[in-house]
Amino acid sequence: MKFKLALAGFVASALASVAHADINVGVTLSATGPAASLGIPEKNTIPLLPTTIGGQKVNYIVLDDASDTTTAVKNARKLIAENKVDLIIGSTTSPNSLAMIDVAAEAETPMIAMAASARIVEPMDDKRFWVFKTPQNDAQMSTAIVESMTSNKVQTVAYVGFADAYGEGWWSEFSKIAEARKLRLVANERYNRTDTSVTGQVLKVLAAKPDAVLIGGAGTPAALPQKSLREKGYKGLIYQTHGVANADFLRVCGKDCEGTLLPTGPVLVADQLPVDNPVRKSALDYVAKYEAANGKGSVSSFGGYAWDAGQLLAAAAPVALKKAQPGSREFRRALRDALEGSKNVAASHGVFNMSPQDHLGFDQRSRVMVRIEGGTWKLVH
Amino acid sequence: MDLQIALLLGQDGITNGAIYALLSLALVLVFTVTRVIFIPQGEFVAFGALTLASLQAGKLPGTLWLLIALAIAAAAVDIVCALRDGQAQRIPKVLAVNCALPAALAALLSIVPAASLPLALQVVLTLALVVPLGPLLYRLVFQPIAEASVLVLLIVSVSVHVTLSGLALYFFGAEGSRTPAFTDATFEIGDALIQGQTLLVVCASFTLIAALYFFFERTLWGKALRATAMNRTGARLMGISATSAGKLSFSLAALIGAFSGVLISPITTIYYDSGFLIGLKGFVGAIFGGMASYPLAAAGAILVGLLESYSSFWASAYKEVIVFTLIIPVLVWRSLTTRHTEEEE
Repeated sequence: MKFKLALAGFVASALASVAHADINVGVTLSATGPAASLGIPEKNTIPLLPTTIGGQKVNYIVLDDASDTTTAVKNARKLIAENKVDLIIGSTTSPNSLAMIDVAAEAETPMIAMAASARIVEPMDDKRFWVFKTPQNDAQMSTAIVESMTSNKVQTVAYVGFADAYGEGWWSEFSKIAEARKLRLVANERYNRTDTSVTGQVLKVLAAKPDAVLIGGAGTPAALPQKSLREKGYKGLIYQTHGVANADFLRVCGKDCEGTLLPTGPVLVADQLPVDNPVRKSALDYVAKYEAANGKGSVSSFGGYAWDAGQLLAAAAPVALKKAQPGSREFRRALRDALEGSKNVAASHGVFNMSPQDHLGFDQRSRVMVRIEGGTWKLVH
Repeated sequence: MDLQIALLLGQDGITNGAIYALLSLALVLVFTVTRVIFIPQGEFVAFGALTLASLQAGKLPGTLWLLIALAIAAAAVDIVCALRDGQAQRIPKVLAVNCALPAALAALLSIVPAASLPLALQVVLTLALVVPLGPLLYRLVFQPIAEASVLVLLIVSVSVHVTLSGLALYFFGAEGSRTPAFTDATFEIGDALIQGQTLLVVCASFTLIAALYFFFERTLWGKALRATAMNRTGARLMGISATSAGKLSFSLAALIGAFSGVLISPITTIYYDSGFLIGLKGFVGAIFGGMASYPLAAAGAILVGLLESYSSFWASAYKEVIVFTLIIPVLVWRSLTTRHTEEEE
């Protein structure tokens, strides 16, 4: 009897030690390579994410995939096999995230992507069952641009974008919505991120005499066409995408960017949001923490995607912890279910209301139009 | 396309072509003297531009740390060599040669606020920071394997490129920089408006090309380099040190690269990894010259610039494809028309 009691005690204590297993979160992001300007702020955000949730310690294992698809997949496999992670956050770019879907689904591990393409979570199928994402869809941002264009009485638009997935994705979304709203697309040009000159493209755009130009580029490389357009005397409206929303873009573009309009997540203008906006609190919280760690004015909207993944985890993990212990298949499934059930989770880029069909869960509150005025972002009401 | 657009595109093409021409000359120079296909040539462009930008932003450029680290490593290697030869008395000279300039630059940068200096001095400071990287890299990386095959040298040069661009990301961050223009003047010629800066790029490039010509034709050092390029063993027998020829060619390559970077950073944004593509286009030019002829390489590079400019107008999405496809007919033409002589390998 005594022996049995001892055994029971041993088993109980063994169970208890299991009960104290940490939640392991695997992160793969593009801190080097072409997407580094997005990946670095995301990487800087990871240390700011919650370290204890529901009394459990949370460990973040961060790997760099160098903006490379093969490495991203390798990282995802490594995180699952070696670190036994309960959740994968990543990656930074759409091609990387799309490639990781198979790995996550195969291992039945939930994944939160920080990349924009709608195809990461649409159309919903057995594999995307495991996949969520935090950035707004390009379609949502395109709609905002087209609305702003029509209200500014723009009739003809030219497009200059990156000669890669980003530029191509924007063109297909934007052209679809623009044509539906009777905007006439008069030019469609491409350039490379590291090009030293876009004179040819800009001259072609100028020859088409558009009322507005949309530049589909990310980070400081998006400044080059804008500077060239102004240099060659273009007087019309210039729109940028949310890919430029960081301080470096303002630094490089300087006075040539005055008056530029772009859609972005509300985090960029958090302090200008109305007090009753649910996004304001989380966004201000993020900005304060990020700037405390990385210096004033260092915050960009990209790091917010990583922050929002942390907010989703913080809301979902307590629900999942009630059903199973971290490190188990059951916990991963419970976490997935809890993520899908996220309701009114206010984060820096918007308010998440997920459903089995919608693994992004953003509404109109997830985007605002801003104008560049006096070298800073101004919310357009 | 009307005449005005054609003129603007031509102007743009020649400006970029002038930079490619400079780089192609550096590539030909390094290859003929040391047989290294110098992939990191473009990195010097990025380092030049970004070092200048960080000086102007009042930041201490990471280039300084790289320079100091390389100088200490080179001094250590030289000291080990001196000790092995039993010539300990060479140590003070080794230290002075390797470490004097970096130490002086570090002292200068810690005293003088670089951001407040006039532009010309900032440029000189930038060149002083970046150019010594060339000979130091040669001393540490290529000199020990100077006798290796072209393929081994190429592989090592690729790895140097990857290392340098990684360091550039670490030093300067992922986002690009621009520097203010040297001159805001504009000229109107007919319908076309010409920026002073583009004119400056073209003039400076051609001046540098002329200076290189003078250097090779009229100076002893230049002639020594040419002799090494033509016949390494023969030059050695005539008392020309292959090591100093290598160091000199790398110094010139670094000077050309850094100067190109300083020239173009006011007209475009330079990123930590911009150098590679710029260098690659210079390489296409160098292929025109069969990696041997300076005038053909320069002409090829100008052609690349023009082709790039006009194709960005007609078919912007295929610009790079068009430029790099050009290399195939050129290679075919070169291999059909030149008599191929294998060097001692």
